[in-house]
Amino acid sequence: MSFTKLMATAALTLGLATGAFAQDKTKVGFVFVGPVGDGGWTYEHNQARLAVEEEFGDQVETVFVESVAEGPDSERVMTQMALDGADLIFTTSFGYMDPTINVAAKFPDVKFEHATGYKRADNVSTYSARFYEGRAIQGHIAGSMTESNIIGYIGSFPIPEVIRGINSAFIHAKKVNPDVEFKIIWAYTWFDPAKEADAAKVLIEQGADVILQHTDSTAPQAAAQEAGDVITFGQASDMFQYAPLPRVSSIIDDWAPYYIARTKAVMDGTWTSTDTWDGIGPGMVGIGEITDAVPADVKDEALALKDAIASGEYHPFTGPLKKQDGSDWLAEGEVADDGTLAGMNFYVEGLTGEIPQ
Amino acid sequence: MDLSVINPILLLAALMSAATPILLAATGELVVERAGVLNLGVEGMMIVGAIAGFIVAVNTGSPALGFIGAAAGGAVLSLLFVFLTQVALANQVASGLGLTLFGLGLSALMGQSYVGVKPPRMGDLNLGPLSDIPVLGPILFSHDAMVYIGLLIVAGVWTTLKYTRAGLVLRAVGENHDAAHALGYKVKRIRALAILFGGACAGMGGAYISLIRVPQWTEGMTAGVGWIALALVVFASWKPWRVLLGAYLFGGITQLQLNLQGAGVAIPVEYLAMSPYIVTIIVLVTLSADKSRAPGSLGRIFHASH
Repeated sequence: MSFTKLMATAALTLGLATGAFAQDKTKVGFVFVGPVGDGGWTYEHNQARLAVEEEFGDQVETVFVESVAEGPDSERVMTQMALDGADLIFTTSFGYMDPTINVAAKFPDVKFEHATGYKRADNVSTYSARFYEGRAIQGHIAGSMTESNIIGYIGSFPIPEVIRGINSAFIHAKKVNPDVEFKIIWAYTWFDPAKEADAAKVLIEQGADVILQHTDSTAPQAAAQEAGDVITFGQASDMFQYAPLPRVSSIIDDWAPYYIARTKAVMDGTWTSTDTWDGIGPGMVGIGEITDAVPADVKDEALALKDAIASGEYHPFTGPLKKQDGSDWLAEGEVADDGTLAGMNFYVEGLTGEIPQ
Repeated sequence: MDLSVINPILLLAALMSAATPILLAATGELVVERAGVLNLGVEGMMIVGAIAGFIVAVNTGSPALGFIGAAAGGAVLSLLFVFLTQVALANQVASGLGLTLFGLGLSALMGQSYVGVKPPRMGDLNLGPLSDIPVLGPILFSHDAMVYIGLLIVAGVWTTLKYTRAGLVLRAVGENHDAAHALGYKVKRIRALAILFGGACAGMGGAYISLIRVPQWTEGMTAGVGWIALALVVFASWKPWRVLLGAYLFGGITQLQLNLQGAGVAIPVEYLAMSPYIVTIIVLVTLSADKSRAPGSLGRIFHASH
């Protein structure tokens, strides 16, 4: 018996078994890249899942699988969820992009929502948050507060989302501090506390007194606290347990309104494939409380920057900006278009090192 | 590129501490496998040790007690494996995988109220004048006690396996359990003790991550170290000193590649990121070109039917 036939039989059997009583409940599945207790990225997605349950009560049933490796394994997990009767599946990491598209093609009646990716289909929507707006505020605070002029940045994977964050933070750090230098370490993982802590320690040993992270755990915060005299920013979640120092502010992802709206759309039968990319203005990106460790004037500037971004009056990627190789990117006053931002694969002028390809 | 920002003394010192979790877990697993048992539950025992040690350390305020608690936690979990494989004669591979999954879930449950808590610090061991020796002092003699305990455990395991009667009996059980049984050795009892030792070592390795290296509790924080320890035992041909070499190589190159990235060295980052795995495998495989082989009864179920 071929594999597809086997799957089809399994689907049929399951369909028959559950069809009788599962009709009135909408089943929503979530695929997570880390554990729900990571205190960062996955934690916030899980909070939003709980918000969906809260909102719809008995009308929904949610299921989730945590710590799913990006790649083929995620395809297996999604297939299983679809076979188990999920109506809507949120796949919450960039590396699930191709698996989501593959599985979606096999289950045209199941709706998929892929976070931070750019590939869509009739039953696949994408959604992401404009984290780079928050990075601009981080960059401003980091550039103002660094004394060694070295800012350490722990990257996960060299994908557009992460590169956007680095560029945005660098542009705004450079604006307030022309001597600032970024040291970037790629951890090649979203979640590995020991490695993230090691990377933070290495950056601190090499002179960094600000650590920015684009990985999911709170380990770099712990490493910075240990070292003392280093500031950090909460990533994806508030990470307030490390305030007022080292954590001086944070970027908080708030997925709940989106998840609730999409679940509602499936219930009403109004779901269509869309591409959502919201920032500080609509509330998908939140800026965590700026602690008193930040000088009052810097804090005021940061909040003003936040308001300007939220109202749409200022875009973090506003010209004149050049690419790393010195070629022109944006002319004076020109604003980056979403297409370029979504596929960003270059550093802006002033950053050193190469992006791994 | 600016290599001068890398401080070789700090790098070598960081190597010893980065290698300790893998070293502890791999040494424990080595003893288990030399007794003829394949326990794939290292990751699970490490993570349970990490949270058990964390809980004890936070509640007693003593990191030393934390490590004892971690050893106990790992050993208690491995008791489940003893029951499954030595009493119920279940398949070792399946039981080991089950142990890992169970350990990850159990630790998440145990650790729910410990997220964001700061553990008490374990100070560096005061070795008096030794720590003041230039260069060597900071590299070798300014660590926490667990780094040295890890080394002592390796030395102890090597001596025991090579020079003592107990070690000989353990190896006999691992090489040919029927023959050992015929000679009157208690195969199951010996294996059970080896598995408990392995669990205790893995538990301490896990606690080294949660109490010293990170230090905090996060679900799933061992993130695969247990699997690396398992692979290391095989590549090290079941020899304690090679496990030490492998762990230090792996830890050292991991630290070195992070340092090189920070310094902006013009080597593509992908190669740097994979280098710890590649170099460790190449070195250990080259070394094992001699006639070392796996223990004869590794992974086989022993049933005293006659």
